[in-house]
Amino acid sequence: MKITVNGVEHSFDGDLSMPALWYVRDELALSGSKFGCGTGLCGACTIHVDGEAVRGCLVSMQELDGKSVTTIEGLSADGNHPVQVAWRDQNVPQCGYCQAGQIMQAASLLKSNPKPSEQEILESMSGNICRCGCYQRIVSAVRQASTGA
Amino acid sequence: MLHQLQSFAESSNSTPGHTLQTALRKVATTEVNRRGLLKGATGFVLAAHFLPSAAQAFEAYPTQGLNMPNGVRNDPHIFVSIAPDGQVTIIAHRSEMGTGSRTSLPMIIADEMEADWDRVTIVQAEGDEPKYGNQDTDGSRSLRHHIQPCREIGAAVRKMLELAAARKWGVSEDMVEASGHQVTHKTLGTRIGYGDLAAAAMALDTPARDQLRFKTEQEFRYIGKGQVPIYDLHDITTGKAVYGADVNLPNMKFAIIARPPVVGATIKSVDDSAALAVPGVEKIVQIPVTPLGSKFKPLGGVAVIAKNTWAALQGRDALKIEWDRGEHGSFNTADYEKELRASVAQPGASVRNQGDTEAALKSAARILTYEYYQPHLAHAPMEPPAAVAAFKDGKCEVWAPVQSPYTARTDTAEYLGLKPEAVRMNVTLLGGGFGRKSKADFATEAAFLAKEIDGAVKVQWTREDDIRNGYSHTSSVERIDVGLDADNKVTAWRHRSAAPSFLSTFVKDEGNQHEIEIGMGLENLPYALPNVSAEQCKAYAHTRIGWYRSVSNIPRAFAVQSATAELAAELGKDQKDFLIEMIGPDRVLEAKASGLPGKFWNQYEPQEEFPFDTARLRAVAELAADKAGWGKTLPEGEGLGIAVHRSFVSYIAMVVHAKVEDGTVKVPEVHVAIDCGFPANPERIRSQMQGACVFGMATALHLGLTFENGEVQQGNFNDYEMVRADNFPEVVHTHIVPHPFSVHATGVGEPGVPPFIPALTNAIFNASGKRIRNLPIGDQLA
Repeated sequence: MKITVNGVEHSFDGDLSMPALWYVRDELALSGSKFGCGTGLCGACTIHVDGEAVRGCLVSMQELDGKSVTTIEGLSADGNHPVQVAWRDQNVPQCGYCQAGQIMQAASLLKSNPKPSEQEILESMSGNICRCGCYQRIVSAVRQASTGA
Repeated sequence: MLHQLQSFAESSNSTPGHTLQTALRKVATTEVNRRGLLKGATGFVLAAHFLPSAAQAFEAYPTQGLNMPNGVRNDPHIFVSIAPDGQVTIIAHRSEMGTGSRTSLPMIIADEMEADWDRVTIVQAEGDEPKYGNQDTDGSRSLRHHIQPCREIGAAVRKMLELAAARKWGVSEDMVEASGHQVTHKTLGTRIGYGDLAAAAMALDTPARDQLRFKTEQEFRYIGKGQVPIYDLHDITTGKAVYGADVNLPNMKFAIIARPPVVGATIKSVDDSAALAVPGVEKIVQIPVTPLGSKFKPLGGVAVIAKNTWAALQGRDALKIEWDRGEHGSFNTADYEKELRASVAQPGASVRNQGDTEAALKSAARILTYEYYQPHLAHAPMEPPAAVAAFKDGKCEVWAPVQSPYTARTDTAEYLGLKPEAVRMNVTLLGGGFGRKSKADFATEAAFLAKEIDGAVKVQWTREDDIRNGYSHTSSVERIDVGLDADNKVTAWRHRSAAPSFLSTFVKDEGNQHEIEIGMGLENLPYALPNVSAEQCKAYAHTRIGWYRSVSNIPRAFAVQSATAELAAELGKDQKDFLIEMIGPDRVLEAKASGLPGKFWNQYEPQEEFPFDTARLRAVAELAADKAGWGKTLPEGEGLGIAVHRSFVSYIAMVVHAKVEDGTVKVPEVHVAIDCGFPANPERIRSQMQGACVFGMATALHLGLTFENGEVQQGNFNDYEMVRADNFPEVVHTHIVPHPFSVHATGVGEPGVPPFIPALTNAIFNASGKRIRNLPIGDQLA
């Protein structure tokens, strides 16, 4: 099968039931996507498949045949996607482990819904757990990336 | 806490670092004497010789850091280097798990040395306490113990740069001044950059402390400002930050371990044929099983080693292991809760006896009894334990997210039968710690497997492994009996605690608590009452016990602050007014007058330097109440609740606004008042308070482990639920009590959690009339 990751095409002939998370982490050494639960409950492994946020621990390689995957490393060339900039302006992270997944989720939300309501932000981000408890700043950063304020 | 436990378990010995710190402390004492001398000094020579330098802008004070194994280091040559291009490299020797210490401590050095933060590179130290001093990142100690050495390091480097410039220009030192990454000739205005001075400056001996000029607080650029973003911010937001599992080595294998379902369970038989048949699985390795009380040794079990994580996971699923469940195989939480409740129904061992509480209770007009329960808890950091290790030529190198890297290194060396010099413990970022990563069993597992395969391997814990095979936070029943006289005046307060101790992880379990656990809110009730007693009642461990963020302060603050609010309701008084009344007159708690057999534990900090001052406790309670508009009218189903607690030598009060609706609770707003002495990095203090509210809310609403036949029943975030973006403390206002540097900086990482939980349950009571006595809240509001 063929898969494009961050704009680079790769062929894969391994176990097609392997979740994409382990492919990007173990095979491609793209370690920005994190393992947190393995069952789609925490969002730390969030990646984009054809632009849409999915949990890397749930989507198998089989489902990605011919698809284009973006990980946090490929979200923007210079690391200055508006969501990344907002994250830095709000000094969001504490330990930082879940933040790549949070950022990928937020970027996907804003792509499909550039001006989400407060409720839409909370709902969209509620699949991503932050044990350190950065939610107040996460919500502020999503709002900033959306409205500039 | 770790090291005190080690010394308890092993008996500590003196180290060169310790000796240095003893000497340092003597310097501090001598300065006091010098000042004393000066007062009466008349001779010019004497006065000139002892003229207090600007060093007095910052008076040294002793902390427990000096007594920690390997003490604290303030040698700039260890922590700072400057490249010819001026780039300054500062060593971070404390682990970063989200509190910001990896930024804050180097920031303090940079400020004192007048380095431009944009030209600072931070390098993480490996585990090497003989070199760096104590590295045990725990107990909310990093700032508290290292703010002074960091200032000393920074001031020393600045002095060395000035000396180098003065020599270069052939002028006296007072003719030059370091500022903004360069040294200026005061009269000529000539400037020379730090890079050009680096070689000469760093070749100088470290100046004596009394030769240093410390900055005044007005001169601080970064300290106390809260304007410096965390160092790893860019890497975190771009996916480049390296955590435990992110280290990749050539030819590295991937391991997933099947650990005993019950602690101490032994392997009867293993059928690994199906596991070995999984494509990608290369080897099965058994790890010896350890019983309860094995400190941080791996639990043992069966490791599946594969070419990637996915294959190893599938291989583990295919293992057929028969376990002998062992002596803890009948441990059941429901029975255990009853056992703890029965334990506190009987008198325990006295840890405090002020006045005559028993007589006062006997003669009381009535006695009110309150009992509170908290289950075992798993830390569940977002990064499950993970480590990478490589073994070659009798040496092992490990990369791991560990809170105490030197302990991890020496423990690992011992487990492998190597000398500590043969193990290197590199510290990655920690994806959350909360006490879990003080216990580096996972790093030792990786090292063991690396040795077994004579190569490189990554050990990854799954979330289920993390929740089921970690170190549970103690479970407890706290019982408080309050005696009232005929006028409803409180005459007696008796607090009994039954909670299995983390001592059981280190030594034979006698069912007793350690002084650390007793010191966290059991022995130090700060209420102005005539008769106060505290007792610890027997409780035995049936799972590995390990401290969780805030440790025993969680159940103690929950019990004491809930009972206070319950009493207020009973007496028809306002929660906040009654709390203030109970705290009573401003005073410093004295151990003897409080009926303690010895000293207050006081986080091992010297009582004279870090006294328990009830004026500060009262002040934060009043501040939080004022800011929250305590007493304001709220709609039906909403309420404010207050709680205050001193832990990690910081004083924190919280007023939580709760909204109870259809069996669920929302928290629109929290007002936090924190007195943590001199606030070195207000921005990270605020982030820690926001985080503590979320951590407290998850603990209050959802978290609890239940054991059946010795096995944890929960496994992932579906049944061990976290607070999420759809329901979290929406706005946390943090009010920091301003203090100058002379009011010693105290802990921030942990003390926010304990007051949150009772402030929330007290708010729930005011919102709904429902009193929560058992955690978690779960469906109790339905």
